[in-house]
Amino acid sequence: MTIEAYTKPDGQPERSLRLEHLVKEYTPGKPVLRDISFEVRGHSSVAIIGPSGTGKSTLIRCVNKLIRPTSGKIYVSGEEITRLSGRELRHARRKIGMVFQEFNLVERLSVMENVLCGRLGYVSSLRAWWRKYPPGDINKAFALLESIGLEDFVQQRADSLSGGQRQRVGIARAIMQEPHVLLADEPTSSLDPKTSVEIMELLVHLSAEHRIPLIINIHDVELAKRFTSRVIGISQGVIVYDGPPAELSNEHLKVIYGGEDWLR
Amino acid sequence: MIEANRIRYQKPFRVNWWGRLGWLAAILYGLYALNYLDVSWLRFIQGLGNGAVFLGEMVPMDFSRWELLVGNLLETVEIAVIASAFGVLFSLPVGLCAARNLMPSWVTWPARTFVALCRSFHPVIFAILFVKAVGFGPLAGILTLVFASIGFIGKLFAEAIEEISLKPVEALRAAGAPFLSVIIYAVVPQVLNRFIGFSSYQFDANLRNSTMVGIVGAGGIGGTLFAAFQRFDYDFLAAILVSIIGLVMLSEFISDRIKRVFQ
Amino acid sequence: MTAPGTYTWQRFSARERMARFVVFFGFAVALSVSLRTVEVIPEFLWDSPTQIMDLLKRMWPLDYAYYPGGIHQALMETLHIASLGTLLALVLAIPVGVMGANNIVRVPLLNWLAKLILVSSRSVNTLVWALLFVAVFGPGALAGTVCIGFRSVGFVGKLFAEALEEADPGPIEALTAAGAPWTSIFLKGFWPQVAPAFWGIALFRWDINVRESAVIGLVGAGGIGMVLDTALNLFHWDRVSVILLSIFAVVIIAELLVTNIRKRII
Repeated sequence: MTIEAYTKPDGQPERSLRLEHLVKEYTPGKPVLRDISFEVRGHSSVAIIGPSGTGKSTLIRCVNKLIRPTSGKIYVSGEEITRLSGRELRHARRKIGMVFQEFNLVERLSVMENVLCGRLGYVSSLRAWWRKYPPGDINKAFALLESIGLEDFVQQRADSLSGGQRQRVGIARAIMQEPHVLLADEPTSSLDPKTSVEIMELLVHLSAEHRIPLIINIHDVELAKRFTSRVIGISQGVIVYDGPPAELSNEHLKVIYGGEDWLR
Repeated sequence: MIEANRIRYQKPFRVNWWGRLGWLAAILYGLYALNYLDVSWLRFIQGLGNGAVFLGEMVPMDFSRWELLVGNLLETVEIAVIASAFGVLFSLPVGLCAARNLMPSWVTWPARTFVALCRSFHPVIFAILFVKAVGFGPLAGILTLVFASIGFIGKLFAEAIEEISLKPVEALRAAGAPFLSVIIYAVVPQVLNRFIGFSSYQFDANLRNSTMVGIVGAGGIGGTLFAAFQRFDYDFLAAILVSIIGLVMLSEFISDRIKRVFQ
Repeated sequence: MTAPGTYTWQRFSARERMARFVVFFGFAVALSVSLRTVEVIPEFLWDSPTQIMDLLKRMWPLDYAYYPGGIHQALMETLHIASLGTLLALVLAIPVGVMGANNIVRVPLLNWLAKLILVSSRSVNTLVWALLFVAVFGPGALAGTVCIGFRSVGFVGKLFAEALEEADPGPIEALTAAGAPWTSIFLKGFWPQVAPAFWGIALFRWDINVRESAVIGLVGAGGIGMVLDTALNLFHWDRVSVILLSIFAVVIIAELLVTNIRKRII
């Protein structure tokens, strides 16, 4: 990686996410996550793999404090967000885009309204109620919808779309936030294999185009290896592998998931 | 062979002793209560005779005092409109506060108590108290029906909110949306149709009830109805009853059309 | 990126906005006309806090001594009116409900007649029914019981007919194919399927009837309402408060009872 990669063309500091010694206990003494530390910078994409129930989802939700971490520090583009609450937390969350397994769209609203939901952190509730978004937001939404191939669905209700289309809307909503980091929680688990590949392509592509670090929770190891530039393996709440996908061997997978029969 | 015999002698249908016992208890209770209330067959038969006379006096209906009738009906409609508007307006925040999936318990507890209080008394009892508090006239009727509306819509609205999917709520919170925007975008679209349904139902109910609160002096056509009763003006009474039913049917028709606009 | 102002986006089409505008405008006009013409005397409204305080002062302390002699009997009468009225409604609602279910009685004229009975029962208010039956039977519990019964038929009958129409046709087809007589088809085919719903509806209506039977006495149809009426006319506010408290207690107990029984049978 060259020096230029560390600053964006417009001179803004590079977008990044750094976790330091993150710990989460739902019941005291039984940590789900113990001492997780890593850093993601620039437009690199990171896949987090690990068995079900190992705290991948908890980890992702700790980053934007949908779940409150027990201890540890989280920095988004250098700003520490762990201690924030109320309005400051809301403003920090605007910088963290999130894509969900089951899309989490508002089914009864149109595609456009769902995409504009990404701007809700920036406009007042009154303006949001009257749907009076700044023209810049509307233009950006149209451009995004065009780039993901949904320009003909602008006024359709979200519940009339297919799974893949819904996830595209979910991704567009996250990108609308102009986030400094993009989190995806099992974005392909509710989709068929072909659509899953398309969604992964779109995520990686948008992350590179907008220079947003991307962190994907994923249980499909093949998809992770194919699309991401780095894989973090978690087992029992600790990082057991952190490196490029090419070096992820069956030995590593045995450590992450346990057992070996399934690898044959 | 013994096995086969036993099967043959089993009853084809299991006797539902609890069901039979229930029916028997109901019949016994009915007889006891009839006795307790001093209701006799003789009185019933006598009553049927009275009923025939009563119905006979109702026809032909007397619409000659139509100005009084129309004026009273208008007042009834006005009471229903105002009470529904304010009732719906107040029950929105009350219902929201009573939803246990969005609000902490120190908010839901007082809201739920308030709704329960509004529901526990019949509107007529509220009407009596309000007549004492603000005097005879439509204001007492309006206040009564506002409270009745909060009790009804507030409860159903809170239940509707408790049934929504929380997924969009999570997504919008993750996007840093302020609380009000989360409500407007993730909660309201999921419950709006049901809320409009409850409101239009409550408008119909208010219209029907506003014919009733007049009986205790809280304005509307009920007062005239009661007076017609006491003066044995049964032909005028029939005219009033027919007008009320017509009015209720008209309002059901209109609210059906309005619901379609919001589909 | 496209130049600003290239795109405009609106939530609703022109027609939808027009329809919504008409509805909201209609509401606004109806409300403002009502507010302007309704005869509310503002002085009464401003005076109301004083009046309410006065009312509360007169209601306090409660005249508990009145309960054993004056209230208890009437309260029991109210409960009997509610229960007996509900039983009457059930007895009447079964035939009317069956007549209204278009999968049992396949005669449109009879279905329509049943619907007419059910609608007219529901669209007349309880208090108005009470007035009618007081005129027919004279003041007392008989008028109240019949009033509660007639008012409840519409409610119970409608829900019962809907439950019958939703019944699974499989067992009925089997019984019909086996040549079972009409009564057997109903008792062994329909009844087991709708019995839980039927008892649920009955309990629900009983709960409502307890509330309603407490007030029909105001027009002379028996029960605690008559005691309330007397106390109101004589301005015995300390007794009124005891009466209201006892109605409140009975209503709460009835609701708890119904909730618990419903949990067991459903």
